[in-house]
Amino acid sequence: MADPMKIRASLKGDVAEIRILMAHAMETGQRKDAAGNVVPAHFIQSMTVEVGGKKVVDGQIGTSVSRNPVFGFKMKGAKVGDKVIVNWIDSKGDKRTDEAAIA
Amino acid sequence: MNTTRRTVLRSATASGMLAGLIAAGALRPTQVLAADWNKAAFEAKDAPGALKGIGAGATVDSKDLIVRVPDIAENGAVVPVDVVSTIPNTSSISILVEKNPSPLSAHFELGNGALPEVSARLKLGQTSMVKAVAKADGKFYTAQKEVKVTVGGCGG
Repeated sequence: MADPMKIRASLKGDVAEIRILMAHAMETGQRKDAAGNVVPAHFIQSMTVEVGGKKVVDGQIGTSVSRNPVFGFKMKGAKVGDKVIVNWIDSKGDKRTDEAAIA
Repeated sequence: MNTTRRTVLRSATASGMLAGLIAAGALRPTQVLAADWNKAAFEAKDAPGALKGIGAGATVDSKDLIVRVPDIAENGAVVPVDVVSTIPNTSSISILVEKNPSPLSAHFELGNGALPEVSARLKLGQTSMVKAVAKADGKFYTAQKEVKVTVGGCGG
């Protein structure tokens, strides 16, 4: 199981800002280790953000996303206290779900 | 010793074991992948192929789509990218790094109040155009900006 995500969600006026940090190596399959062996690709492929029970972002990502990916999204219509649920699944089928509340 | 008999026995054991492993699910014919991942688009080796993969065969340059990136990135491994669309009814945003081995970086479908404003951190193997694609009312709009990379983010 991968390390937990860090999720920050705050309401500014009527716009909620959601920032997510995922802990993941995001190996591209192009990098070589010290011994010269290619490190196999292993990266997050899909992610979703749900706020208050509704899917706000349905994302797919590839190998050009940096290690320990950071994403930022904004939305309207959220209230303080709404639950934010973030999911990801990677190329080996590992997955992670974390949640936070809008502050 | 009867070598033929030995060989037959050995191969029988080996194939029996293999079948057992497959049945037990230890060996799978294909890797289990995220069901909805757009393999064709993400594994495309050039930008036109990636665009085709997300269904954006024909695109129009738009001034209402803004790509915010640093002009120069000292470290190509972590390049912050912001994409903001003011095109009405923007329903999805995709980001491509043209010179990367697989250009398509991210594709976000937005709904239920999500604003067409996303940020991410990308790897750039070398100096490249960063291209954003926004879908609105079935049409695809693009904008791009170059990032100069002094140290690449894809090699070892």
